[in-house]
Amino acid sequence: MADLRDLYQEVILEHSKAPRNYRELKTADHKAEGFNPLCGDRFTVFLEMDGDSIRDIGFQGSGCAISKASASMMTQSLKGKTRSEAKELFERFHETVTGRASEKQNDLGKLAVFSGVSEFPTRVKCATLAWHTLTAALDGTQEAISTE
Amino acid sequence: MKASPQEIASGLDVERIRPDFPILRQQAHGHPLVYLDNAATSQKPKAVIDAIVRYYERDNANIHRGVHYLSQQATEEFEAARKAVQLFLHAARPSEIIFLRGATEAINLVAQTYGRVHIGTGDEVLITAMEHHSNIVPWQMLCQEKGAKLQVAPINDYGELILEEFERLLTSRTKIVAVGHVSNALGTINPIAKIIKMAHAKNIPVLVDGAQAVPHVAVNVQELDCDFYVFSSHKLYGPTGVGILYGKQALLEAMPPYQGGGDMISSVTFEKTTYNKVPHKFEAGTPDMSGAVGLRAAIEYLNKLGMENIAAHEHELLAYATEKVSAISGVRIIGTAKEKAGVLSFVIEGVHPHDIGTILDQEGIAIRTGHHCAQPVMERFGIDATARASFALYNTKEEIDALVRGIKKVEEVFA
Repeated sequence: MADLRDLYQEVILEHSKAPRNYRELKTADHKAEGFNPLCGDRFTVFLEMDGDSIRDIGFQGSGCAISKASASMMTQSLKGKTRSEAKELFERFHETVTGRASEKQNDLGKLAVFSGVSEFPTRVKCATLAWHTLTAALDGTQEAISTE
Repeated sequence: MKASPQEIASGLDVERIRPDFPILRQQAHGHPLVYLDNAATSQKPKAVIDAIVRYYERDNANIHRGVHYLSQQATEEFEAARKAVQLFLHAARPSEIIFLRGATEAINLVAQTYGRVHIGTGDEVLITAMEHHSNIVPWQMLCQEKGAKLQVAPINDYGELILEEFERLLTSRTKIVAVGHVSNALGTINPIAKIIKMAHAKNIPVLVDGAQAVPHVAVNVQELDCDFYVFSSHKLYGPTGVGILYGKQALLEAMPPYQGGGDMISSVTFEKTTYNKVPHKFEAGTPDMSGAVGLRAAIEYLNKLGMENIAAHEHELLAYATEKVSAISGVRIIGTAKEKAGVLSFVIEGVHPHDIGTILDQEGIAIRTGHHCAQPVMERFGIDATARASFALYNTKEEIDALVRGIKKVEEVFA
């Protein structure tokens, strides 16, 4: 049976209560808005690029503990990463939260706390909303992206 | 568990009723299933499930077509279902009952037939701020097409319609009023008799969305004098895929058809088609016959229990749940109207409703979280979403106690 503590790990609860990089980036040259119409979660991700690398990243919005903590920890893990590194990290993160990760792919660092999400299929969208929004920001997609 | 004295006083012996609902006998995540998502859809008594099986095992054929024995059996079953709905709503004639796919389709039908004929540029459609999306969007689409305006009567902080404002918005431009009988997000019971009187005083017809009302309160469309009344079978312990439009005979007769096809015609040539009379004019194609039979079984089941007894039991449950849940610190009830039915929406300080839903689910408790297809209501209360427990005739006080324990668990996890 899935255990709630696997989902709501201390780190996740802590990030959801005190999200990091929770700010609008005045220097942003990329931003995107992500929306989950099922639960009303809504986040904006701001990026300041330095060539191909992410110099600074911030986010704002509202959502559940999982989506907020995921956004917070995502911003921590991405500073200094290139576009392709960021997208590759999302791919591995996505495999982990959907329970498709093989062992060698499990080097997610701190983000591994989200592996419990795979036991709660209805919450995968919460964990990935910020990441989808990031992808949209990197790609310069104009329209608000939606999980539906 | 033993029925409390109150449950016996309300005339509904829940302990004896629960075995009628096979789905309730299971466990969810290792706990007895506590199903409190009845406003989304209700569970079905064995009588409904059996009626559908019986229809397919004994009566199935296409209706209104064949001369053969089975076709007549099926037609009789289908028309008996129409009669049952007529009596349930206290309509004057069975021909005023149209079988559709759901309450949503029924509202769309009225908007696209009555609405397209009677609403033009500069006209107005009046709804309320507590409508479900299904009683907003069809009218919005119509208004966009016709250059008409959607007017919205506001609600107060308790989630009650402000009647003076509503009356002020009834003008010579208003061509139809569409109002929910009971709010799915807040549980508010609207004073629809008063609303209908106010609108009729200005010769404006009224459509009532009764999707959340029919499971909880007895409805008499003639006494109410409403022009249209819609509901869905699946919220009334019947099968999915069936919805009802009640309309006054004269209105239905004057309305153009909605969809073209078989059964809605009297004669067809490539030059001209003569439409069938009501209700068949609005029932193009083969309808959900087994669904209609299932709905009839649901109505008969409810009649046996008595709508008054059901209403009394649910009223008690809601009062008990309101008292217990609002006593938990950090919890705020959204929707505190004087007149309510079936729904307890709430938020917990510092916890998103989606997280509440997941934690309760792990305790075997099913509730709905989100905006409940009523985003404008959420906006009115300055929130993104709520957690919503909604009650049915088979729910017990013990289940509400489980909900209360679950909410306390949520607060522990997020402490």
